[in-house]
Amino acid sequence: MAELEQKQAGGKKGKKKGRKKMSTRIDLTPMVDLGFLLVTFFMLTTTFSKPQTMEINLPVKEPTEVPDDQQNALKASKAFTVIIGEDNKLFWYLGLADAPIEGPIGTNYTADGIRKVLLEKNATIKDMVVLIKPMNGAIYKNVVDILDEMNISNIKRYALVEITPEELDLVKNL
Amino acid sequence: MPKVKVPRKSTLIDMTAMCDVAFLLLTFFMLTTQFKSDESVIVDTPSSISEIKLPDTDILNITISADGKVFFNIDNKNFSRERLLSKISEKYPELQFTPEEEKAFVLTGSVGVPLNQLKGYLALDEFDRKTYQQPGIPVDSTNNELGIWVMQGRLSNPNVRITIKGDQFCPWPIVKKVMNTLQDKNVNKFNLITDLEADPNKLKGI
Repeated sequence: MAELEQKQAGGKKGKKKGRKKMSTRIDLTPMVDLGFLLVTFFMLTTTFSKPQTMEINLPVKEPTEVPDDQQNALKASKAFTVIIGEDNKLFWYLGLADAPIEGPIGTNYTADGIRKVLLEKNATIKDMVVLIKPMNGAIYKNVVDILDEMNISNIKRYALVEITPEELDLVKNL
Repeated sequence: MPKVKVPRKSTLIDMTAMCDVAFLLLTFFMLTTQFKSDESVIVDTPSSISEIKLPDTDILNITISADGKVFFNIDNKNFSRERLLSKISEKYPELQFTPEEEKAFVLTGSVGVPLNQLKGYLALDEFDRKTYQQPGIPVDSTNNELGIWVMQGRLSNPNVRITIKGDQFCPWPIVKKVMNTLQDKNVNKFNLITDLEADPNKLKGI
Protein backbone atom coordinates (compact mmCIF):
# COMPACT_ATOMS: atom_id res chain seq x y z
CA MET A 1 0.00 0.00 0.00
CA ALA A 2 1.74 3.06 1.21
CA GLU A 3 5.42 3.07 1.16
CA LEU A 4 8.19 5.43 1.56
CA GLU A 5 9.75 5.12 -1.82
CA GLN A 6 13.35 5.41 -2.40
CA LYS A 7 14.79 5.19 -5.80
CA GLN A 8 17.30 2.50 -5.97
CA ALA A 9 20.11 4.16 -7.75
CA GLY A 10 22.15 2.18 -10.14
CA GLY A 11 19.52 -0.45 -10.81
CA LYS A 12 20.55 -4.02 -10.59
CA LYS A 13 23.92 -3.64 -12.09
CA GLY A 14 25.95 -3.48 -8.96
CA LYS A 15 25.54 -7.03 -7.87
CA LYS A 16 28.46 -7.36 -5.62
CA LYS A 17 28.78 -10.31 -3.38
CA GLY A 18 25.88 -12.53 -2.62
CA ARG A 19 24.33 -10.36 0.05
CA LYS A 20 20.65 -9.80 -0.42
CA LYS A 21 19.65 -6.16 -0.61
CA MET A 22 16.94 -5.33 1.86
CA SER A 23 14.16 -3.10 0.63
CA THR A 24 14.28 0.42 2.03
CA ARG A 25 10.53 0.81 1.65
CA ILE A 26 8.71 1.26 4.93
CA ASP A 27 5.01 0.87 5.36
CA LEU A 28 3.83 4.24 6.62
CA THR A 29 0.21 3.30 7.26
CA PRO A 30 0.50 2.62 11.02
CA MET A 31 2.44 5.82 11.46
CA VAL A 32 -0.23 7.87 9.71
CA ASP A 33 -2.88 6.09 11.77
CA LEU A 34 -1.13 6.99 14.95
CA GLY A 35 -0.61 10.54 13.76
CA PHE A 36 -4.28 11.08 13.09
CA LEU A 37 -5.27 9.39 16.31
CA LEU A 38 -3.17 11.87 18.25
CA VAL A 39 -4.44 14.78 16.17
CA THR A 40 -7.99 13.78 17.02
CA PHE A 41 -7.13 13.48 20.68
CA PHE A 42 -5.59 16.92 20.87
CA MET A 43 -8.36 18.44 18.81
CA LEU A 44 -10.97 17.15 21.20
CA THR A 45 -9.20 18.02 24.41
CA THR A 46 -8.09 21.49 23.47
CA THR A 47 -9.99 24.56 24.56
CA PHE A 48 -9.68 27.41 22.19
CA SER A 49 -12.18 29.88 23.44
CA LYS A 50 -11.33 31.79 26.54
CA PRO A 51 -14.28 32.47 28.76
CA GLN A 52 -16.13 35.73 28.35
CA THR A 53 -16.51 37.91 31.36
CA MET A 54 -18.65 40.73 32.45
CA GLU A 55 -17.03 43.26 34.69
CA ILE A 56 -18.93 44.61 37.62
CA ASN A 57 -18.05 47.25 40.11
CA LEU A 58 -19.68 47.43 43.48
CA PRO A 59 -19.53 50.46 45.73
CA VAL A 60 -17.01 50.54 48.54
CA LYS A 61 -18.57 49.35 51.75
CA GLU A 62 -18.42 52.06 54.35
CA PRO A 63 -17.25 50.83 57.72
CA THR A 64 -19.96 52.85 59.44
CA GLU A 65 -23.38 53.77 58.25
CA VAL A 66 -23.42 57.07 56.43
CA PRO A 67 -25.95 59.40 58.07
CA ASP A 68 -29.00 60.14 55.97
CA ASP A 69 -28.28 63.82 55.55
CA GLN A 70 -24.89 63.05 53.98
CA GLN A 71 -26.20 60.63 51.47
CA ASN A 72 -27.03 61.87 48.07
CA ALA A 73 -30.76 61.65 47.83
CA LEU A 74 -31.93 60.31 44.54
CA LYS A 75 -34.71 62.26 42.92
CA ALA A 76 -37.86 60.17 42.90
CA SER A 77 -38.55 61.07 39.30
CA LYS A 78 -35.21 59.66 38.19
CA ALA A 79 -35.32 56.41 40.11
CA PHE A 80 -36.27 53.49 37.96
CA THR A 81 -36.56 50.29 39.92
CA VAL A 82 -36.45 46.82 38.46
CA ILE A 83 -37.59 44.04 40.75
CA ILE A 84 -36.47 40.54 39.86
CA GLY A 85 -38.88 37.99 41.21
CA GLU A 86 -38.93 34.23 41.41
CA ASP A 87 -40.03 32.06 38.48
CA ASN A 88 -38.57 34.52 35.97
CA LYS A 89 -40.97 37.26 36.99
CA LEU A 90 -39.95 40.82 36.46
CA PHE A 91 -41.50 44.10 37.59
CA TRP A 92 -40.61 47.72 37.25
CA TYR A 93 -41.79 51.00 38.63
CA LEU A 94 -40.74 54.61 38.50
CA GLY A 95 -40.40 56.73 41.59
CA LEU A 96 -40.55 55.73 45.22
CA ALA A 97 -41.97 52.53 46.59
CA ASP A 98 -44.65 54.27 48.70
CA ALA A 99 -45.75 56.54 45.87
CA PRO A 100 -44.75 55.18 42.47
CA ILE A 101 -45.10 57.63 39.59
CA GLU A 102 -45.64 54.82 37.16
CA GLY A 103 -46.17 51.16 37.76
CA PRO A 104 -45.54 48.73 39.26
CA ILE A 105 -45.95 46.81 36.07
CA GLY A 106 -45.04 43.21 35.42
CA THR A 107 -42.92 42.56 32.36
CA ASN A 108 -40.57 39.92 30.99
CA TYR A 109 -37.01 39.41 29.78
CA THR A 110 -37.69 39.61 26.05
CA ALA A 111 -36.69 42.46 23.77
CA ASP A 112 -40.24 43.79 23.83
CA GLY A 113 -40.37 43.59 27.59
CA ILE A 114 -37.91 45.27 29.88
CA ARG A 115 -35.53 46.37 27.13
CA LYS A 116 -38.20 48.46 25.41
CA VAL A 117 -39.16 50.12 28.68
CA LEU A 118 -35.56 50.81 29.61
CA LEU A 119 -34.73 52.36 26.24
CA GLU A 120 -37.87 54.45 26.33
CA LYS A 121 -37.33 55.71 29.86
CA ASN A 122 -33.63 56.28 29.36
CA ALA A 123 -34.40 58.49 26.38
CA THR A 124 -37.02 60.59 28.16
CA ILE A 125 -35.58 60.82 31.66
CA LYS A 126 -32.29 62.62 31.99
CA ASP A 127 -29.76 61.02 34.37
CA MET A 128 -31.98 58.08 35.06
CA VAL A 129 -30.68 55.69 37.71
CA VAL A 130 -31.73 52.08 37.60
CA LEU A 131 -32.06 50.26 40.88
CA ILE A 132 -31.90 46.52 40.47
CA LYS A 133 -33.53 44.69 43.32
CA PRO A 134 -33.50 40.92 43.17
CA MET A 135 -35.89 39.06 45.44
CA ASN A 136 -34.55 36.14 47.43
CA GLY A 137 -36.24 33.69 45.13
CA ALA A 138 -34.48 35.08 42.07
CA ILE A 139 -31.87 33.05 40.26
CA TYR A 140 -28.44 34.23 39.21
CA LYS A 141 -29.29 34.12 35.51
CA ASN A 142 -32.06 36.70 35.93
CA VAL A 143 -29.71 39.13 37.64
CA VAL A 144 -27.04 38.69 34.98
CA ASP A 145 -29.69 39.18 32.32
CA ILE A 146 -30.73 42.49 33.84
CA LEU A 147 -27.11 43.62 34.23
CA ASP A 148 -26.72 42.70 30.61
CA GLU A 149 -29.76 44.77 29.66
CA MET A 150 -27.98 47.74 31.20
CA ASN A 151 -25.10 47.17 28.80
CA ILE A 152 -27.44 46.67 25.88
CA SER A 153 -29.44 49.82 26.63
CA ASN A 154 -26.22 51.66 27.39
CA ILE A 155 -27.32 52.72 30.85
CA LYS A 156 -24.32 53.74 32.86
CA ARG A 157 -25.94 54.46 36.18
CA TYR A 158 -27.31 51.42 37.89
CA ALA A 159 -26.97 49.76 41.24
CA LEU A 160 -27.70 46.43 42.83
CA VAL A 161 -29.80 47.21 45.87
CA GLU A 162 -31.34 45.13 48.61
CA ILE A 163 -35.11 44.79 48.27
CA THR A 164 -37.33 46.35 50.94
CA PRO A 165 -40.46 44.84 52.50
CA GLU A 166 -42.60 47.62 50.99
CA GLU A 167 -41.51 46.63 47.54
CA LEU A 168 -42.25 43.00 48.22
CA ASP A 169 -45.79 44.06 49.19
CA LEU A 170 -46.01 46.21 46.10
CA VAL A 171 -45.43 43.37 43.66
CA LYS A 172 -47.03 40.64 45.73
CA ASN A 173 -50.35 40.76 43.96
CA LEU A 174 -49.08 41.33 40.45
CA MET B 1 -13.12 -1.86 -33.22
CA PRO B 2 -10.07 -2.17 -31.19
CA LYS B 3 -10.50 -2.49 -27.54
CA VAL B 4 -9.63 0.71 -25.68
CA LYS B 5 -6.82 -0.16 -23.46
CA VAL B 6 -7.03 1.36 -20.05
CA PRO B 7 -3.59 1.50 -18.65
CA ARG B 8 -3.38 -0.23 -15.36
CA LYS B 9 -2.41 2.11 -12.63
CA SER B 10 -0.82 1.11 -9.46
CA THR B 11 -3.05 1.28 -6.39
CA LEU B 12 -0.16 2.31 -4.28
CA ILE B 13 -0.44 5.86 -3.00
CA ASP B 14 2.46 7.82 -1.73
CA MET B 15 1.53 8.57 1.83
CA THR B 16 4.49 10.74 2.64
CA ALA B 17 2.57 13.96 2.03
CA MET B 18 -0.37 12.83 4.12
CA CYS B 19 1.98 11.83 6.87
CA ASP B 20 3.58 15.24 6.76
CA VAL B 21 0.24 16.98 7.11
CA ALA B 22 -0.84 14.72 9.94
CA PHE B 23 2.27 15.43 11.94
CA LEU B 24 2.14 19.12 11.18
CA LEU B 25 -1.37 19.23 12.64
CA LEU B 26 -0.28 17.08 15.51
CA THR B 27 2.55 19.44 16.36
CA PHE B 28 0.22 22.41 16.12
CA PHE B 29 -2.36 20.95 18.45
CA MET B 30 0.24 19.71 20.88
CA LEU B 31 1.75 23.14 21.19
CA THR B 32 -1.47 25.11 21.37
CA THR B 33 -3.44 22.78 23.56
CA GLN B 34 -4.45 23.66 27.04
CA PHE B 35 -6.12 20.90 28.84
CA LYS B 36 -9.54 21.55 30.17
CA SER B 37 -9.04 21.88 33.85
CA ASP B 38 -10.99 19.24 35.67
CA GLU B 39 -13.80 20.98 37.37
CA SER B 40 -15.29 19.52 40.45
CA VAL B 41 -18.73 20.69 39.38
CA ILE B 42 -20.33 21.32 36.05
CA VAL B 43 -21.48 24.89 35.82
CA ASP B 44 -23.67 26.29 33.09
CA THR B 45 -22.98 30.01 33.07
CA PRO B 46 -25.56 32.60 31.98
CA SER B 47 -24.94 34.51 28.78
CA SER B 48 -24.19 38.16 28.25
CA ILE B 49 -23.14 40.43 25.42
CA SER B 50 -19.88 41.28 27.14
CA GLU B 51 -16.85 40.38 25.08
CA ILE B 52 -14.07 40.90 27.57
CA LYS B 53 -11.73 37.94 27.44
CA LEU B 54 -10.28 36.48 30.55
CA PRO B 55 -6.52 35.96 30.87
CA ASP B 56 -5.22 32.48 31.62
CA THR B 57 -3.23 33.33 34.68
CA ASP B 58 -3.66 35.49 37.76
CA ILE B 59 -7.18 34.28 38.23
CA LEU B 60 -8.91 33.64 41.51
CA ASN B 61 -12.11 31.90 40.68
CA ILE B 62 -15.14 31.42 42.85
CA THR B 63 -17.49 28.85 41.40
CA ILE B 64 -21.07 28.61 42.55
CA SER B 65 -22.89 25.46 41.54
CA ALA B 66 -26.59 25.20 40.79
CA ASP B 67 -27.31 23.83 44.25
CA GLY B 68 -25.56 26.77 45.87
CA LYS B 69 -22.22 25.23 46.81
CA VAL B 70 -19.22 27.53 46.70
CA PHE B 71 -15.82 26.43 45.37
CA PHE B 72 -12.54 28.23 45.36
CA ASN B 73 -9.78 28.00 42.81
CA ILE B 74 -6.60 29.91 42.09
CA ASP B 75 -4.10 29.30 39.34
CA ASN B 76 -0.61 28.23 40.23
CA LYS B 77 1.38 30.97 38.54
CA ASN B 78 4.62 31.57 40.44
CA PHE B 79 3.63 28.86 42.92
CA SER B 80 0.82 30.90 44.41
CA ARG B 81 -1.04 27.73 45.40
CA GLU B 82 1.88 26.56 47.50
CA ARG B 83 2.15 29.96 49.12
CA LEU B 84 -1.58 30.03 49.73
CA LEU B 85 -1.51 26.73 51.58
CA SER B 86 1.42 27.75 53.75
CA LYS B 87 -0.38 30.99 54.58
CA ILE B 88 -3.47 29.04 55.55
CA SER B 89 -1.48 26.82 57.88
CA GLU B 90 0.25 29.89 59.31
CA LYS B 91 -3.11 31.33 60.14
CA TYR B 92 -4.46 28.04 61.44
CA PRO B 93 -1.61 26.37 63.30
CA GLU B 94 -3.76 23.30 63.91
CA LEU B 95 -3.69 22.67 60.17
CA GLN B 96 -0.19 21.47 59.48
CA PHE B 97 0.07 20.03 56.02
CA THR B 98 2.42 17.25 55.09
CA PRO B 99 4.47 17.60 51.87
CA GLU B 100 2.16 15.03 50.24
CA GLU B 101 -0.89 17.11 51.08
CA GLU B 102 0.79 20.23 49.76
CA LYS B 103 1.52 18.45 46.53
CA ALA B 104 -2.06 17.26 46.34
CA PHE B 105 -3.31 20.79 46.86
CA VAL B 106 -1.14 22.16 44.06
CA LEU B 107 -2.32 19.51 41.65
CA THR B 108 -5.98 19.57 42.51
CA GLY B 109 -8.46 21.95 40.93
CA SER B 110 -11.13 23.82 42.81
CA VAL B 111 -11.55 23.29 46.50
CA GLY B 112 -14.97 23.15 48.07
CA VAL B 113 -14.47 21.81 51.56
CA PRO B 114 -14.55 23.60 54.90
CA LEU B 115 -11.10 24.20 56.36
CA ASN B 116 -11.48 21.55 59.04
CA GLN B 117 -12.09 18.93 56.34
CA LEU B 118 -9.34 20.16 54.04
CA LYS B 119 -6.68 17.82 55.43
CA GLY B 120 -8.90 14.81 55.01
CA TYR B 121 -9.81 15.86 51.50
CA LEU B 122 -6.19 16.28 50.47
CA ALA B 123 -5.28 12.93 51.98
CA LEU B 124 -7.60 11.15 49.56
CA ASP B 125 -6.00 9.71 46.49
CA GLU B 126 -6.48 11.39 43.16
CA PHE B 127 -9.36 9.28 41.96
CA ASP B 128 -11.29 9.47 45.23
CA ARG B 129 -10.83 13.21 45.27
CA LYS B 130 -12.50 13.52 41.89
CA THR B 131 -15.53 11.51 42.90
CA TYR B 132 -15.81 13.00 46.36
CA GLN B 133 -18.87 15.18 46.78
CA GLN B 134 -17.48 18.40 48.18
CA PRO B 135 -19.85 20.16 50.55
CA GLY B 136 -18.81 23.67 49.47
CA ILE B 137 -17.00 26.41 51.36
CA PRO B 138 -19.09 27.99 54.12
CA VAL B 139 -20.10 31.58 53.36
CA ASP B 140 -22.44 32.24 56.27
CA SER B 141 -21.90 35.39 58.22
CA THR B 142 -20.99 33.40 61.32
CA ASN B 143 -18.51 31.15 59.57
CA ASN B 144 -17.26 32.83 56.45
CA GLU B 145 -14.32 30.79 55.25
CA LEU B 146 -14.56 32.13 51.72
CA GLY B 147 -13.35 35.46 53.08
CA ILE B 148 -10.25 33.76 54.46
CA TRP B 149 -9.57 32.02 51.16
CA VAL B 150 -9.99 35.24 49.19
CA MET B 151 -7.84 37.20 51.62
CA GLN B 152 -5.01 34.64 51.64
CA GLY B 153 -5.34 34.16 47.91
CA ARG B 154 -4.79 37.84 47.32
CA LEU B 155 -1.86 37.87 49.70
CA SER B 156 -0.21 34.98 47.89
CA ASN B 157 -0.70 36.62 44.50
CA PRO B 158 -1.38 40.36 44.71
CA ASN B 159 -2.08 40.70 40.97
CA VAL B 160 -4.91 38.26 41.10
CA ARG B 161 -8.17 39.05 39.35
CA ILE B 162 -11.28 37.75 41.00
CA THR B 163 -13.94 36.05 38.95
CA ILE B 164 -17.28 34.57 39.88
CA LYS B 165 -18.52 31.67 37.84
CA GLY B 166 -22.08 31.05 38.81
CA ASP B 167 -24.56 28.58 37.46
CA GLN B 168 -27.61 30.00 35.72
CA PHE B 169 -29.95 28.48 38.24
CA CYS B 170 -28.07 29.10 41.42
CA PRO B 171 -30.17 31.05 43.89
CA TRP B 172 -29.43 34.75 44.14
CA PRO B 173 -28.97 34.89 47.95
CA ILE B 174 -25.85 32.71 47.66
CA VAL B 175 -24.36 34.97 45.01
CA LYS B 176 -25.25 37.94 47.16
CA LYS B 177 -23.42 36.38 50.09
CA VAL B 178 -20.36 35.80 47.94
CA MET B 179 -20.46 39.38 46.65
CA ASN B 180 -20.88 40.72 50.19
CA THR B 181 -17.89 38.66 51.28
CA LEU B 182 -15.82 40.18 48.50
CA GLN B 183 -16.98 43.66 49.43
CA ASP B 184 -16.03 43.01 53.03
CA LYS B 185 -12.54 42.17 51.83
CA ASN B 186 -12.47 45.40 49.82
CA VAL B 187 -12.81 43.67 46.50
CA ASN B 188 -15.23 45.90 44.69
CA LYS B 189 -14.29 45.08 41.16
CA PHE B 190 -14.64 41.58 39.87
CA ASN B 191 -15.67 39.68 36.81
CA LEU B 192 -18.62 37.45 36.22
CA ILE B 193 -17.91 34.64 33.81
CA THR B 194 -20.57 34.42 31.15
CA ASP B 195 -21.18 32.81 27.81
CA LEU B 196 -21.28 34.87 24.69
CA GLU B 197 -24.61 36.09 23.42
CA ALA B 198 -25.31 38.13 20.31
CA ASP B 199 -25.52 41.85 20.93
CA PRO B 200 -28.91 43.03 19.61
CA ASN B 201 -27.48 46.49 18.89
CA LYS B 202 -24.91 44.98 16.57
CA LEU B 203 -27.42 42.67 14.96
CA LYS B 204 -29.48 45.68 13.93
CA GLY B 205 -26.61 46.97 11.86
CA ILE B 206 -26.42 43.85 9.74
